[in-house]
Amino acid sequence: MVTLALLDLDVVIPKVARALGETLFMVTVAFFLASVIGLILGIFLYATRPGQLLHSRVVHTTLNIVVNTLRPIPFIILLIALTPLTRALIGTSIGPAAAILPLTIAASVGIARVAESNLVAVDPGVVEAAKAFGASPLHILFGFVVREAFGPLLLSLTFIFVALIDATAVAGAVGGGGLGNLALTYGYQRFDYAVMILIIIVLIALVQLVQFIGNRIARHFIDG
Amino acid sequence: MTERIQLSGVSKDYPGRKGELLRVLRDIDISVRAGEVYGLIGRSGAGKSTLLRMINGLEAPTEGRVLVDGVDVQSLSPVELRTLRHSIGMVFQQFNLWNSRTVFSNIATPLKLAGWKDDDISRRVGELLDFVGLGGKAFARPRQLSGGQKQRVGIARAIAAKPSVLLADEATSALDPQTTTEIVDLLRSVNQEFGITIVVVTHEMDVMSQLADRVSILSDGDVVESGDIHQILARPQHPITANLVGSYTRTFLSEKDREELSTRFDGRRISVAMDGVIAEGPLLSSLARAHSVDFSIIQGGVARVKNQPYGQLSLALHGDDAAIDRFLAELSTRTEVTTW
Repeated sequence: MVTLALLDLDVVIPKVARALGETLFMVTVAFFLASVIGLILGIFLYATRPGQLLHSRVVHTTLNIVVNTLRPIPFIILLIALTPLTRALIGTSIGPAAAILPLTIAASVGIARVAESNLVAVDPGVVEAAKAFGASPLHILFGFVVREAFGPLLLSLTFIFVALIDATAVAGAVGGGGLGNLALTYGYQRFDYAVMILIIIVLIALVQLVQFIGNRIARHFIDG
Repeated sequence: MTERIQLSGVSKDYPGRKGELLRVLRDIDISVRAGEVYGLIGRSGAGKSTLLRMINGLEAPTEGRVLVDGVDVQSLSPVELRTLRHSIGMVFQQFNLWNSRTVFSNIATPLKLAGWKDDDISRRVGELLDFVGLGGKAFARPRQLSGGQKQRVGIARAIAAKPSVLLADEATSALDPQTTTEIVDLLRSVNQEFGITIVVVTHEMDVMSQLADRVSILSDGDVVESGDIHQILARPQHPITANLVGSYTRTFLSEKDREELSTRFDGRRISVAMDGVIAEGPLLSSLARAHSVDFSIIQGGVARVKNQPYGQLSLALHGDDAAIDRFLAELSTRTEVTTW
């Protein structure tokens, strides 16, 4: 409580609000882009498996290698390794906009993998029945398999969204802006723990809110 | 009589573990008439489900032809095959309902696939829900239903697009006996009320005897016996059939049973088919008295299926040899007698 009393709220609140805005900007843009890319990759990973609709060993293996190469790289390394590419594409390697590229790439491969496992987990009987009633292969994939996997998929996407909030803090370390950056500046460099604790509270509240919304929407699709 | 489905010379190979080909079905000939219920029975692994799935092209035969209403299923393009599937409904052991859809939507989906209009779909789904006795469950999810209710939805979905054929793959195997009876009755009325030809695969002799008009018995990829269900129940010809029927009606003796009983009972041992005998009154005892022959019943029994008696009594005969001969000669003219 003593430390909190040290907070100069007039100065801190606008800074935290601005950082929150930056975090939300990075997370939502990266999440949106990564969802599109990751779901496409995930669906291809699923559909090119042996015995599936578009089964192709070449495509499946290639995608697998790409995903398996990118996924184990710690995010902070990926962030730094991608700097030249980021600078070439976005014009700068510093700031929230620049953080979006590595965030999107990391989240895309994550989403690709979880989407694939959600699709694989769909009961083969679902496909069997759709086939037996004369659905076309594309219709089976999108109208039946993706649809049946949708509830679990939303939970997986919520997980990725939270992981992205986590990753933006790392992006903050290299000047990405956002709450992570602010917490590091105040807490690590200025030893102002009050601000850091405030930011942690904001982060916890944000994650709770996202998880709550994700659970709610997913439950609608899982239980009806 | 019109042949609705004709399987001729059908064989199927699957790759085994070491890449060698395993023949799971061998040279099968079966024809199913329009409007009948045809049963494929056998133990698990006998190849009956594979055979069933060839009818709607979910499996392809390695050799031979599958004709549905005279059309070779193998000759169809993917689009034509999908059109054919609109006229062949299918019911599954694990129901295979689409859990993300409501009951209404599950039943409506085959109609959408077959290109029905929305108004017609609503009306048809309403009819079907009433038919299967789930009028109040239109907007329930499959997860909220019991096994029996799920299979009712499965049946409504399968007959929604007014198919001419219904394939039932172990449709009752996941259900308790009481629910099995309800589903068997429902399938029976699908056949009788709508004239839909049904091909039913099961390993349960009880289901088969209640449902099928004609049956084929499969064992290790071969059809060992085919025929009218009454004939199969009363006079199984092949040992495997006798075994199936015997363990169902608990009356037919296997070779092993006979060997065992031979050591324990003296006298001439015979087995008498009871289906014809019962209708004739006290045939056994009156013939025995007339010929001064005594008998002891050593095994057997009589069961009723679709109100017809089936079964076999095995007897040990005692008395004068010539008298026994006369007794057997006369009994043989009235029913089937095997001496062993």
